[in-house]
Amino acid sequence: MEELKEELKGKIIEVLNLEDVAVADIDDSDALFGDGLGLDSIDALELIVLLDKEYGIKLSDPKQGKSIFESVNTMAEYIAKNRTK
Amino acid sequence: MKNPCYINGIGAVNAQGTWSDDPFTHIAEISNPLTMAIQPSYKELIPPAMIRRMSKGIKMGIFASQQALDDAAMGQVDAIITGTGLGCLEDSEKFLRNVLDNDEQFLTPTSFIQSTHNTVGAQIALRLGCKSYNFTYVNGATSFESALLDALIQMESEEANHVLVGGIDEIAGQTFVLKQLVQEVKANGTEEKLRDSQSPGVNFGEGGTFFALSTAKKDNTYAQILDVSIQNKSATEELTDFVTSFLTRNQISLADISAVVIGNNGDLVYDKYYTSFCTLFADKPQIFYKHLVGQSDVAAAFGLATAAFVLKNQIIPEAIQWNAVKHSALNYVLLYNQYLGKDHSLTLLHHVET
Repeated sequence: MEELKEELKGKIIEVLNLEDVAVADIDDSDALFGDGLGLDSIDALELIVLLDKEYGIKLSDPKQGKSIFESVNTMAEYIAKNRTK
Repeated sequence: MKNPCYINGIGAVNAQGTWSDDPFTHIAEISNPLTMAIQPSYKELIPPAMIRRMSKGIKMGIFASQQALDDAAMGQVDAIITGTGLGCLEDSEKFLRNVLDNDEQFLTPTSFIQSTHNTVGAQIALRLGCKSYNFTYVNGATSFESALLDALIQMESEEANHVLVGGIDEIAGQTFVLKQLVQEVKANGTEEKLRDSQSPGVNFGEGGTFFALSTAKKDNTYAQILDVSIQNKSATEELTDFVTSFLTRNQISLADISAVVIGNNGDLVYDKYYTSFCTLFADKPQIFYKHLVGQSDVAAAFGLATAAFVLKNQIIPEAIQWNAVKHSALNYVLLYNQYLGKDHSLTLLHHVET
């Protein structure tokens, strides 16, 4: 799981082009939206595509996104349970 | 009586860096087929959350537009008008590459949103909170001149008093390769300065140049823009007519022109147009500038900045003088540009006493 979290942080930084953020700067429990990394709705779309492209997970219900994308912890847990690749 | 149009501020990002009070002293003449713009630091100007989604063209546009506004001490504008030949090319290529690589799946919004040609004008407006007229012209190598013509019309017809107008183009890898394949750009390994060019094609460049225009002149006004004319096609033998009719409609003659600014770019096939143009002004100082910024669809915007600098300061720096004719008082400066034998433009500037 730790390995997956580190991998996920790297992919988030890459996909969202977080220029001044390093993997070490993101805490597992940091909020991704709002006060934490400060991501927005366009980033949410990028993360949905990330789940699909990298882990074969299709989010059919957009309402799920709020809890899944809460933090790296919640994302990693969801990916570990639902990944198809 | 039409409202006048004064250039009160200039901003630029290109292969020489950014615009300054002394832009032609410490120059590096380009000699490679591809020369990128020297990027300034954008962090002081654009919040990190926004900058991460911006391509080079958007950042250059925002920087140059703000520099022009600062130079003119201008806050809000009545219109933002941009010109770009190829738009935000990096994001366009990224999006198309994703379409191909991922079999039309997994397409993300960011590069699509940023790939549209009017993104730069939109981002400038968002940043300034400007809800006024916002227009982008994509007309090949007269994209900037089209924007400038619109600005001139807006001001002369009293639709706007303060206008931000500029040209932006960025280089992206695949497009550059294609331009080399069709020999619009010199081949890799070619090292020719513009003056010594022996081959077809151009040394390509990129950049953004903006102007803060106003109907009122100020102490630091650069010049007055009198007229702009665009002609899509012209044979070299038709050039004289194009020039003389343009000057006639502005009620001046060839002899009234103090200096000309030419957009020659070292392309052996098409520089004949400039040779032909220059024969009309053989006894006038001739100024060139694409050896500093390279060819792009909006390189003529830097030509306008060059002409404005020359008129304001009443000097022609050695680095930009094409021929050896010495200048006297500089009153009228005429700019001529074309690319690949198409997209011809003439722009007439006049000195302003401040």
